[in-house]
Amino acid sequence: MFEGFDPVVLARLQFAFTVSFHIIFPAFSIGLASYLAVLEGLFLATGKAVYMDVFRYWVKIFAVVFGMGVVSGIVMSYQFGTNWSVFSDKTGPVLGPLMAYEVLSAFFLEAGFLGIMLFGQKKVGLVLHFLATAIVALGTFFSAFWILSVNSWMHTPAGYGINEVGQFIPLDWWAIVFNPSFPYRLVHMVLAAYLTTAFIVGAVGAFHLLRNRHNGQARIMFSMALWMATVVAPLQIVAGDMHGVNTLEHQPAKIAAMEGHFETNTEGPMPLTLFGIPNMAEGRTDYAVEVPYLGSLILTHSLDGQVKGLKDFPREDWPNATIVFWTFRLMVGIGFAMLGIGVWSLVKRVRGTLYESPWLKRAMIAMGPMGFVAVLAGWITTEIGRQPFTVYGLLRTAESHSPIAAAAVGTSLLAFIVVYFLLFGAGTFYILRLMSREPTPFEEHRPPHHPIRSAGITPAPALKLSGLPDPAE
Amino acid sequence: MDLPLLWAFIIAFAVMAYVVLDGFDLGVGILFPFLGAHGHRDTAMNSVAPIWDGNETWLILGGGGLFAVFPLAYAVIMPAVYAPIIAMLLALIFRGVAFEYRFKTVRGRWLWDVSFSFGSIVAAFAQGLCLGTLVQGIEVSNRAYAGGWFDWLTPFSAMTGAALVVGYALLGATWLVMKTEGPVQEIARRHAFVAGVGTLLLMAAVSAWMPFLQPDFYWRWLSFPQILLVAPVPLVTLFAAYALFRALAAGRHVRPFLCAQSLFLLAYVGLGITFFPNIIPPSVTIWDAAAPDESLRFLLVGASVLIPAILVYTGFAYWVFRGKVADEGYHH
Ligand code: HDD
Ligand code: HEM
Ligand code: HEM
Repeated sequence: MFEGFDPVVLARLQFAFTVSFHIIFPAFSIGLASYLAVLEGLFLATGKAVYMDVFRYWVKIFAVVFGMGVVSGIVMSYQFGTNWSVFSDKTGPVLGPLMAYEVLSAFFLEAGFLGIMLFGQKKVGLVLHFLATAIVALGTFFSAFWILSVNSWMHTPAGYGINEVGQFIPLDWWAIVFNPSFPYRLVHMVLAAYLTTAFIVGAVGAFHLLRNRHNGQARIMFSMALWMATVVAPLQIVAGDMHGVNTLEHQPAKIAAMEGHFETNTEGPMPLTLFGIPNMAEGRTDYAVEVPYLGSLILTHSLDGQVKGLKDFPREDWPNATIVFWTFRLMVGIGFAMLGIGVWSLVKRVRGTLYESPWLKRAMIAMGPMGFVAVLAGWITTEIGRQPFTVYGLLRTAESHSPIAAAAVGTSLLAFIVVYFLLFGAGTFYILRLMSREPTPFEEHRPPHHPIRSAGITPAPALKLSGLPDPAE
Repeated sequence: MDLPLLWAFIIAFAVMAYVVLDGFDLGVGILFPFLGAHGHRDTAMNSVAPIWDGNETWLILGGGGLFAVFPLAYAVIMPAVYAPIIAMLLALIFRGVAFEYRFKTVRGRWLWDVSFSFGSIVAAFAQGLCLGTLVQGIEVSNRAYAGGWFDWLTPFSAMTGAALVVGYALLGATWLVMKTEGPVQEIARRHAFVAGVGTLLLMAAVSAWMPFLQPDFYWRWLSFPQILLVAPVPLVTLFAAYALFRALAAGRHVRPFLCAQSLFLLAYVGLGITFFPNIIPPSVTIWDAAAPDESLRFLLVGASVLIPAILVYTGFAYWVFRGKVADEGYHH
């Protein structure tokens, strides 16, 4: 069935498909975990029940999202071995320990306290429960920290040597973990997760406010989310700009591709191509709409800075400019749209009419899922921009894959596609259904028909005194 | 210090922790079809809901640890067991999402019940296939897997697959005996008997077959005087089996679970004896596959602090959710 297919292409598709699905869930749960910790903290500090209501509303959604993140993540951690075994053998000594640190310091932390966060409020008391929530949030941050360090090393390898069997070996761990693109990527990704979550929360708040303008819980969601948009969207744009400047230093071919910049601007400033169709075969960008000076200004922060064009790199090292040019613009466009919403809401807030205008709410609903779109667009830009290498400049994608037959990869790819759409589709449906329920005061911990799992296990005092060991023993 | 050896023990510990912890919650899924009423299933699922994620994390540590510490083993074994690994990952998705989805619908609940038990059974069977493949030996040349695409499918690996399904069912049944009361406990106890008998028969069959797979295994288990050294393993196993059935018959709550876990530990020790010092039988040793000492040392610094910490707070989580899962009458 898969004769004539290149197993490397199928393996790449499989990786891209599974990791793109995976990132959707962490992008949401990194933000949501912190939001939940803030809500519970506010409740403890102010004693206002409304915060607890909002907490309980979102914690149910968090449980579903987190569960999907975990199962799609487990797939990722085995994917390196199944499809990219040469890559695994070669980079294992450097990247393996970082991923193992992720498991030890993040996944166990999340998993250990998640049960208490979801089911244990009655058992451990408010303060300890808040602690569990905060620890889960911290765990999601550690996850992002380590996995982004791994990923960044693949873009900007540092601190390594190469041994006699061709493996990368560690020379300087500090340089490996804090490789040149890591700090930028970490900040940009964590902010992205916060923005993504803020827009979802805000959209849900807006949706319920459109139906009932006085719903106090929905107001809290709406207002907190818009504060995030106002404050974090500009920060994200600054972080993104710094990320890009850093990439120009370390991966100039990627930037050239992102900008559809084929010829080096030897004399004069580089314009910014707003739109156009990068034509790789002809080596130029067709139908380009350009703004003079702006390219140099953004990338070099000077009016006539020189930026290398793709033609200055060997043809076989070009990433696909047509794709990254557009995914990059999609992300940046969404970033500015988010900023727009933030400014708009600030104006309304200052005038004291934040909850009045239906248009702001409608705009918020339309923007609700855009964080996910931006995250995926950003990652596709980054990863396709790294091609044709898995470890930039050192290990080619075509030399990284397992000795696998196209039939095996193709079949598993099909299986992943079918199963993911079925199961995660069902999950999305349940999440949307949870979101369509109006938030209420005294939000129950669980929706109707949902067994109260926290109380599902007899609380200690009601136990036969001795706890676990049965008196019969 | 011999770092590769030390790490071999740590990884072996992680894999064992996985079997000890996730074995019973997979087992609960395997038993799901036999539990009858929805209410019983709710109770059974609730008994593992707060902890299953932590249990499965040991599987990630097993895989991730292998990548870090024995990258060559990771790079060879994964392609060798490609199909069973993919099947296991997909199966774990089916069962993992069921924990949340099942309670989000009334009409569709049966679907997630099927998804939960189907996923658990396939995951257990696939893990058994991987184990069987590894024991049979994997062809390696030039730092890469050199066998065919269906090497993992043999009568022997099918048998280890079945053994793991039945064995996990035993762990699940004894877990339910420990965590539940009334009718669920009664059903679980009956099934623990059946699964116990099945586990022992399959363990016996696998153990009898294994020495004949490779001359080296034969030498380790059946030649004189080796046999005197290893004889305690099967003997203690027999004793544990006896204790299991007695505890079940006497209506004990906790002891059957402990006995069933001892059976698994002993089988695991047996495997260790069979493998050592290879990590991929028959030819790749722990030292061949190990990453440079610099990698092992870096990870050891963290692991020696973090693994004990993990054990402590995992213990705390189990303590929070200790005692019986009551059935709360939410299932009408
Ligand atoms: C809500 C999500 C979001 C938003 C609004 C933005 N980004 Fe972004 N961007 C990401 C989410 C993201 C990301 C998913 O987090 C990426 C993918 C990998 C990475 O490092 O971050 C990314 C990558 C990424 C890269 C590629 C880095 C590389 O070369 O590897 C650049 C240059 C930018 N971003 C720049 C920007 C600019 C200038 C933005 C604003 C106008 C912007 N991003 C908005
Ligand atoms: C989570 C968000 C991510 C997304 C959406 C994403 C997306 C992609 C895409 C689209 C590709 C295919 C590139 C191509 O074939 O041209 C790819 C490849 C790859 N990515 Fe990522 N990626 C993500 C994160 C990561 C991380 C964190 C790592 C490493 C730890 C990683 C490692 C790889 C590897 C090994 C490949 C396969 C080899 C290759 O084609 O470059 N990715 N990813
Ligand atoms: C190829 C790269 C990746 C691999 C191998 C991977 C692996 C995993 C695994 C095994 C889990 C389950 C952990 C558990 O049982 O709790 C997981 C969950 C998670 N991952 Fe990934 N992951 C990858 C990419 C990413 C990226 C790019 C991020 C974020 C920047 C991320 C953040 C998280 C978080 C926060 C969780 C917790 C579960 C959740 O929030 O949904 N991962 N990942």
